[in-house]
Amino acid sequence: MSAAKRGASRWTDAAMTRRVRRRYLFERIFRGTGLLAISLSVAFLAFLLWNMGSKGISGFSQYEAALPIDFTKSDLFLDPATIKGPDARTTVAGADLSTAIANAAGAAYGPAADQMFSDAAVDRLTDAIVANPSMLTGSTTLWLPVGSKVDVAAKRDGDPAAEKLVGELQQKQALRRTFNTHFLTGADATDPSAVGVWGALKGSFYTILVTILLAFPIGVLASVYLEEFAPRNRWTDMIEVSINNLAAVPSIIFGLLGLAVFLDVMNLPRSAPLVGGLTLALMTFPVIVIAGRNAIKTVPPSIRDAALGVGASKMQVTFHHVLPLALPGILTGTIIGVARALGETAPLLMIGMRAFVAAPPHGIADPATVLPVQIFLWSDEVDRGFIEKTSAAIIVLLLFMLLMNGLAIYLRNRFERRW
Amino acid sequence: MDMKEKMPMTPEAPAPEIPAIDLSHQPNLAEGDALIDTSREPKMCADKVGVFYGDKQALKDVSIKIYDDLVTAFIGPSGCGKSTFLRCLNRMNDTIPSARVTGRIDLDGEDITSAAMDVVQLRARVGMVFQKPNPFPKSISENVAYGPRIHGLATSKPDLEQVVEKSLKRAGLWEEVKDRLQESGTALSGGQQQRLCIARAIAVDPEVILMDEPCSALDPIATAKIEELIHELRGRYAIAIVTHNMQQAARVSQRTAFFHLGEMVEYGKTSEIFTNPRQQRTQDYITGRYG
Repeated sequence: MSAAKRGASRWTDAAMTRRVRRRYLFERIFRGTGLLAISLSVAFLAFLLWNMGSKGISGFSQYEAALPIDFTKSDLFLDPATIKGPDARTTVAGADLSTAIANAAGAAYGPAADQMFSDAAVDRLTDAIVANPSMLTGSTTLWLPVGSKVDVAAKRDGDPAAEKLVGELQQKQALRRTFNTHFLTGADATDPSAVGVWGALKGSFYTILVTILLAFPIGVLASVYLEEFAPRNRWTDMIEVSINNLAAVPSIIFGLLGLAVFLDVMNLPRSAPLVGGLTLALMTFPVIVIAGRNAIKTVPPSIRDAALGVGASKMQVTFHHVLPLALPGILTGTIIGVARALGETAPLLMIGMRAFVAAPPHGIADPATVLPVQIFLWSDEVDRGFIEKTSAAIIVLLLFMLLMNGLAIYLRNRFERRW
Repeated sequence: MDMKEKMPMTPEAPAPEIPAIDLSHQPNLAEGDALIDTSREPKMCADKVGVFYGDKQALKDVSIKIYDDLVTAFIGPSGCGKSTFLRCLNRMNDTIPSARVTGRIDLDGEDITSAAMDVVQLRARVGMVFQKPNPFPKSISENVAYGPRIHGLATSKPDLEQVVEKSLKRAGLWEEVKDRLQESGTALSGGQQQRLCIARAIAVDPEVILMDEPCSALDPIATAKIEELIHELRGRYAIAIVTHNMQQAARVSQRTAFFHLGEMVEYGKTSEIFTNPRQQRTQDYITGRYG
């Protein structure tokens, strides 16, 4: 068609120019809004991390004070000759070490200082004696962790008495800051300077292990069956709807279910990672099934045709071709589900994982708590020393999650294939 | 498009001229006649085959014989049922839940539509090459070795390597890929991928090879290579090929079946279909009046 036939071009007239300008304006507004949303979320994240970091970082350090102790005057009644062999620790622990520490502290820094040392100091002293029993025959100076009151005073404003004590200690150069290894190796305690996250970390690990071992294979196989083998009828529709609804059920309900079924009916041990893992597996399972079915649906039919075309059976098509191609998608869903389970608190409160557990669990049937519950418990404490411990535990939880997710993403990328 | 609207042709219209279709690739017709000896047993024999998708009939009363050593082409406009029919020959239609096949299809006298027929074995005997090259996202050698391995035709590593080499050579791909057998099959070019799919199909030593528009996604050079390959494979397998391209049907096949609207309109020697069709509809199609 010639230009004359088309009529005069209207691309340059005012109305058209205005329309074009409006279109660009909308695009700019949309982009601006998007940028704003992203900046806001980055700002919130930065604030959260900064807040946790600044409060929690001091939780990883611990003040220690020098304690001159004269064992000859300490009334410990310990004979260095008996401290040997496998019972050495029990022998030493049987003596009244805490009184000995209090007396020595009182003697060195005045009567106000007799309770200045942490509960963890007893353990440290025990270790020192077991390592070198001959010290019992003379006097020595040991660096021992101070109690929460002094620790808090040394880190920021504590109460005036503690502040005064800290001042005196600093003057005598009898106070030093160390890395708090006990926080990473110990379990819950009543004294904030003696608490550790290892117990909760181990509890989290066992719980999530049970969850993954149950929810992943069952979820994947269920999604494979529903997608590849199940006949399309009213029953499968009903199962599909149920699973989708299950994914939306509030987590506390799963806790009640766990309480009713695993504890009351099946009589499994209370507060154990086994029951926690079972409960969280119920919660994670529908997420994995939904992600798995979607991932299986996206495998191109041409791959199925190709495998069927060379005479592969339905089973072989599924397990040799469809599942490997769907695995990255399934793993993504699993990561989301497991990360949610890892951060879950409510259902675990229902099955008794909020108990005070002072020793790390040795298996899935031992009483334990998990990191998020531990954080919840510490955040509820009155003692000021728990503030930094709560934040420090949050940092540990975030790092643990980062580690788990990193591992899962690494696995996913290894399985990722293009077609 | 305009052509379609002018249909149907009025009887008064002058008979359209049949365009010159190059039949020089056809084997010596005398030899061809000997090959199409009617007394010979057909490899596959379809008798009154119909296909329903739900209530809709996609194919009705197709009867056809496919012979060893011959290439049979199915031509026709889109949606005429030729691919549907091809997929009946190795029961790929089983994967579509709503599909139902009536009639009887024999492979060496054995009814493959019966429930007693083992589909897995049937698909090994009747291999298939698809429209879009669909290599597995695995290595080249893994692609070819997969079929022999699952059927237990070759189990040891040297045996499998031998099958891979033989199949790739037969598919005319060996020289191009022999140094990179461990690379991904999906990294090859489209034409190479399609030849890899052919190698994969012949690795399980089938008796019949079905090809569903194998060149429709390829450029002319890759197409020429595949056509050449079909010529070479003809002596070894019975081949059925679906194609949109009439020139291609004329070049590679000895028998041609013309499908239209779910029916098989005409079936005969390729040379006859293209030079002297008996049906008006066939003539209209090959002269470019439809589709």
